[in-house]
Amino acid sequence: MSGHNESILREPLITGNNITYAKITDDILGPVENKPNKAWWIGFTFAALGALLWVVAVSYTFWNGIGAWGLNKTVGWAWDITGFVWWVGIGHAGTLISAVLLLFRQNWRNSINRSAEAMTIFAVICAATYVVSHMGRPWLAYWVLPLPNQFGSLWVNFNSPLVWDMFAISTYFSVSLLFWYTGLLPDIATIRDRATGMRKKVYSIFSFGWSGSVKTWQRFEAVSLILAGISTPLVLSVHTIVSMDFATSVIPGWHTTIFPPYFVAGAIFSGFAMVLTLLLVARKVLGLENYITMFHIESMNKIIILTGSIVGVAYLTEFFIAWYSGSEYEQYAFINRSTGPYWWAYWMMMTCNVISPQLLWFKKIRLSIRATWILSIVVNVGMWFERFVIIVTSLHRDYIPSSWAMFYPTWVDISVFVGSIGLFFTLFLLFLRVLPSIAIAEVKLLLKTASEQAKMKQIKEGHEDKEYVAEYIESLEKFDSVKQEDYAKI
Amino acid sequence: MSDIKYILGSFGDPDEMMHGIEKLQANNVSIYDVYTPMPIHGIEAKLGIKRSRIDIAAFCFGITGTCAAFALIYFCAVIDWKVNIGGKPSFALPDFIPIMFELTVLFCAFGMVLTYYASTHLFPGRAPRVMDLRATDDRFVIAVDAKENAEHTVIDGLLKDAGALEVKYNERKYISYE
Repeated sequence: MSGHNESILREPLITGNNITYAKITDDILGPVENKPNKAWWIGFTFAALGALLWVVAVSYTFWNGIGAWGLNKTVGWAWDITGFVWWVGIGHAGTLISAVLLLFRQNWRNSINRSAEAMTIFAVICAATYVVSHMGRPWLAYWVLPLPNQFGSLWVNFNSPLVWDMFAISTYFSVSLLFWYTGLLPDIATIRDRATGMRKKVYSIFSFGWSGSVKTWQRFEAVSLILAGISTPLVLSVHTIVSMDFATSVIPGWHTTIFPPYFVAGAIFSGFAMVLTLLLVARKVLGLENYITMFHIESMNKIIILTGSIVGVAYLTEFFIAWYSGSEYEQYAFINRSTGPYWWAYWMMMTCNVISPQLLWFKKIRLSIRATWILSIVVNVGMWFERFVIIVTSLHRDYIPSSWAMFYPTWVDISVFVGSIGLFFTLFLLFLRVLPSIAIAEVKLLLKTASEQAKMKQIKEGHEDKEYVAEYIESLEKFDSVKQEDYAKI
Repeated sequence: MSDIKYILGSFGDPDEMMHGIEKLQANNVSIYDVYTPMPIHGIEAKLGIKRSRIDIAAFCFGITGTCAAFALIYFCAVIDWKVNIGGKPSFALPDFIPIMFELTVLFCAFGMVLTYYASTHLFPGRAPRVMDLRATDDRFVIAVDAKENAEHTVIDGLLKDAGALEVKYNERKYISYE
């Protein structure tokens, strides 16, 4: 934080021309310090009803066993693992934004990392409940841990990716929670110092006594950087290990070495789509247009095109390798995927994940909030179908044609899935009410260098190249939160 | 006069605050601490604060995690109960790597963050030691120990010269206990 100016060729990360440190605090804490509006209550009511459905469906599964689901002896994994992988994948964007983009010094992450990380934590909670309930006897869930027992001790099988997965997901969840909470401490302290009475007491406990002294901040930054450094390989390892649950098996369609990078790209793809789904609404409802700008939205859309294209290449490679392998079982698995009884699911996946995200190459679509929001939902639908296709179509026609079967979900399958979405939104909406949805301290860091007003001042000082100024003003056209008339006279 | 414990220079701008630090130091006024709503880059060098050694702690915790994971898996799968999987060796190092990696990250993260909390005295329910309530909002506060630096009017002048919006005289060290 010094007098260094940032080049005006970079788009501003905070727009508006009367932003002060106090205004940043006020704007971001608005939803936390005031009573919720009608939109919040409507959203919360629907989400809470969904969460209730989830409680009913999961309890029903616990009571009756997984026979309550539509599984049969051929298709032994269906919506449960589909839902698990879908949620874990969504969670990945949060860590990507908070860790990978920090390592790459992408300052635009500062205003979206907090809510993306919250999203990670809630998505992993949803994923974890699938893991527990698909065990059938969830009260024995501790059997996945290497605990001394009365069978010998017979330990868990350390050669199994399912055991690796247990370590990976629990590490991922707890480290994400730690990263998120440590980052929250200064912001909770901000709420604490503005509050009175009971509220002050509660936030005081959760602020851990944060003071904001020099040493506290110095260590805070070191800790954040190291956490980012270890979370980056962690997030890659988690979805790699999830993919190994499939890739180390001998099922045609699963037994492929391409799975780890393909799953990781898919996870980031779906995660960014979910971040957009949430933030496009949140920025409007909470009035955060100056902090989550069109530049942020466009950047996320660019990541979606990139990862969507990687996923597309992976689909085609998989198909090619099935043919090239010369293995008829492998070939049949893929022909069956695209032309068999589940052809519609396969083409749904292809359309939503490979074809429609390519629309984002058009600047107009990339910069349209409505189109972006619709595409983000399309991507999430597509990514759900991807997991469904990988899991169910590889299983439903196994080696003996007499045991070929279809999978039909029961009301419990559907309710657990719909309910998990309700649970996710309930948690997210509660988060918006009690904690700042944008990292206040990190956004303040940008005010003097990367904000529109700082760049405006630079231009007014008159030392900037005319061509650069013209280019900069042109780049501002896409911002819905910038008043163009301010630049008319320059 | 003697009741004053700390003199606080409250700035609205981080660059002016840095300027204030320079001015105080040029006049041999020792600075107790600085409280800011966001990290200030370059302030450690100015105040002569040593670099944080938390990275060393992080490395030690991480390597402990690697060793712990290896020891656990080696004991369970190689020493205590060998499982015969198609006659393959039970000491299958490549299969150990995922869990060794995960526990490295887990130990490193928790060890480092708990070290951070302990060294910075952060824990749930700790009474916040705050000198100025706006230091977590929009003020950048330089705190000067009033007992050690007797010339209060000089300090007042230096702070205001540098651009302090307000100079406070606190009779209690931390106002947040009130």
